[in-house]
Amino acid sequence: MKRTFIVLAAAAALLGALSYRVAFSQEANSYALVIKDHRFEPGELQVPAGQKFKLIVDNQDPTPEEFESHALKLEKVIPGKRQATLNVGPLQPGSYDFVGEFHEKTAKGRLVAQ
Amino acid sequence: MIGTLVIVFREVLEAALVISIVLAATRGVVGRGWWVGGGVVAGLAGSAVVAGFAQVIADAAAGMGQEVFNASVLFFAVSMLGWHNVWMGRHGRELALEMNAVGRRVSAGELPLLALATVVTLAVLREGSEVVLFLYGIAAGGDGVWPMLSGGLLGLLAGAVVGLAMYLGLLRIPTRHLFTVTSWLILLLAAGMAAQAAGFLIQADWLPAWRQPLWDTSAILAEQSLLGQILHVLIGYNDRPAGMQVVFYLATLFVVGGLMRVLGNAPTPQPRRVAA
Repeated sequence: MKRTFIVLAAAAALLGALSYRVAFSQEANSYALVIKDHRFEPGELQVPAGQKFKLIVDNQDPTPEEFESHALKLEKVIPGKRQATLNVGPLQPGSYDFVGEFHEKTAKGRLVAQ
Repeated sequence: MIGTLVIVFREVLEAALVISIVLAATRGVVGRGWWVGGGVVAGLAGSAVVAGFAQVIADAAAGMGQEVFNASVLFFAVSMLGWHNVWMGRHGRELALEMNAVGRRVSAGELPLLALATVVTLAVLREGSEVVLFLYGIAAGGDGVWPMLSGGLLGLLAGAVVGLAMYLGLLRIPTRHLFTVTSWLILLLAAGMAAQAAGFLIQADWLPAWRQPLWDTSAILAEQSLLGQILHVLIGYNDRPAGMQVVFYLATLFVVGGLMRVLGNAPTPQPRRVAA
């Protein structure tokens, strides 16, 4: 029992150490999106293919929104009147839909990677 | 209202399936209702706290606090599930025999009920905090309280029905096989959660993706379809996984599965096996 716990704790610690790899902060190119009245502005954003970039989403609404994209495998809650940064890519050329999950009817957008 | 229903259902589904597996895995254990119920209540309280501190969490870890928080919650749940399974590997057979022979005489203190109750708490907390934020947004957005409440309740109900169906299905399994099945389910649940946690760490840029996506089966079975979502929770189905997520999935299967074997009694009779 005790041994089990020690082994599991060691495994957890190893995973923790592995994940604690501080990302080197490169001055990455970043792209901005604004959420206003539960809509994305711009609705379609050109981004580079084949490289990592940062997507900075500025939620100007007073309510929280969840940026979600099945195509990009991203989900992040952005509190009202806040900005959030998402690490994206590298992407294959193509278009990637995303939504604001909390207001899916209006909050729709697309990244076009080329 | 339909939109609210769908979102609440999506969030409730994961917690409901986890609870149904936990209930099946603790079948016949005295006091399990209190443990699981307590886990749900603690999770609900936790969701409100997490939602209340959403901004603090979001700002932590250089803006990647949410990802790191989600990953930590998931890894914690994975270790609790692992602990349970290794324990069951040691004692599961006695437990099944005892249940058959004497009925409900298993003492609650022995089973790692705390581990499973913690898993319930974590599942409710993670999904619940998103529901709280979402419903807060609806209520504050002037859409009215009634559509929000009715949609939310119907979503909750729909999620609970799926969980109940899963539970009743599991109960049809004969007792002598039940714990084998629940151990497997918990192992796959843990592997899926580990892969999901890795996904959050990739999103935070704490882990490399090692090819994203490694494959794309969204055309065959989309992860956001009902079946896709259920399989996502149960076996960690991912229609566009990153290579790193696959690594975490397999590593969890092998590490927890290996510990179950090494530390537990072998399920097949192998008399020459020396107790570790």
